[in-house]
Amino acid sequence: MSTGAATAAGPLMLDAAAETARIEAAIRRLVFHRLKRRGAVIGVSGGIDSTLVAYLCARALGPERVLLLFTPEDESSPESLLLGRMVAAALGAESRTEDIGPALRGARCYERRDEAVRLSLPQFGPGWKCKIVLPVLAEAEYAIFSVVAQAPDGGVHRARLSADASLGIVAATNFKQRTRKMVEYYWADRLQYAVAGTPNRLEYDLGFFVKNGDGAADFKPIAHLYKTQVFQLAAWLGVPEEIRSRPPTTDTYPLEQSQDEFYFMAPLEQMDLCLYGWNGGLAPATIAPAAGLDEQQARRMYRFIEGKRRVADYLHAAGLTVDTAE
Amino acid sequence: MNPIPTEDRTLIRQFIIENFLFGENPGFADSDSLLDAGILDSTGVLQLVEFLGSAYGVTVLDGEITPANLDSIDCLAAFLERKKAAREMESCPEFL
Repeated sequence: MSTGAATAAGPLMLDAAAETARIEAAIRRLVFHRLKRRGAVIGVSGGIDSTLVAYLCARALGPERVLLLFTPEDESSPESLLLGRMVAAALGAESRTEDIGPALRGARCYERRDEAVRLSLPQFGPGWKCKIVLPVLAEAEYAIFSVVAQAPDGGVHRARLSADASLGIVAATNFKQRTRKMVEYYWADRLQYAVAGTPNRLEYDLGFFVKNGDGAADFKPIAHLYKTQVFQLAAWLGVPEEIRSRPPTTDTYPLEQSQDEFYFMAPLEQMDLCLYGWNGGLAPATIAPAAGLDEQQARRMYRFIEGKRRVADYLHAAGLTVDTAE
Repeated sequence: MNPIPTEDRTLIRQFIIENFLFGENPGFADSDSLLDAGILDSTGVLQLVEFLGSAYGVTVLDGEITPANLDSIDCLAAFLERKKAAREMESCPEFL
């Protein structure tokens, strides 16, 4: 995805000053008055979404009332921690680093993931690195994962994942997001803070989060912002260029993996516009030109959005009860 | 072309009902899109592919995992027939 250059245009363009003021007022209302908490914990990954949330919370609540949490693990990109510390320095906010690698090893996260990879790639072993990828939506309608693995000798191997392998790999790697959330809530309880979630609208609407992992939070201040709007506000707030220009990554697999490889199957700018069109009830033919697609491709994107929203239903659902408590 | 055997359609429908509809049959036509009806997601497609392999010994290639082949009972049954026919031709002594 083109990054800092992907500023909002047309229907997605915001009045940045007004929107940041509106979000900051909402953060104060939610944290202080609705939740009655003293501040906010934000898990900062070095990516633009968590950075924007950190900026908004620091401005809304005061930097002395936010805690930035860095949670590296064995396979994290070192860049994530560097960029996270840059955010803390820029905001003058307290930060803590909690290495979740030992917890993940204790839960056999890496072992379980590797066992699942071997269901479809038996030769995968010690010293190998991997990621899972989806086809480009323009070329395929089904989101069928393949594993891409790099052997210690540098050789690259690829295999379509079986259903069991796909489910096993995702279930194992979900430990990462859930362990991070566990640490965030430790600090929230410790400090009487609220946990800020960092999904943007694409992620929130289309289920790009882990249930009770990064999907869990006390408040989610940018869940209504399309990705290009996130970039717009980040630029307006003066988020460092290094963060704004970093390609959106999952930072979940040993091999670098982009978000469109892993989930969205299309450039994020296109997905933004198509989701905007779908949410607004626009016909595929109407949104297609703005998204650089033909009508058939736009229909395919809409179908993809509808499928992902069905997935998101389950991810968003709170615990269900037989009877509703009055 | 021979008509697609009813028992194949029945077996496929039964697999879909047992594995994706939890034994409850809401009633759907052979021509209905399994994706659009929300019956199948991408993981379900893989499970269907594995079913075709285990029940019929059919290997589904990456390029064959398409809605045209898999998105309805009609499509699945027709795809199965083509795969069976191709396998029979490969094993035919005249072609060896």
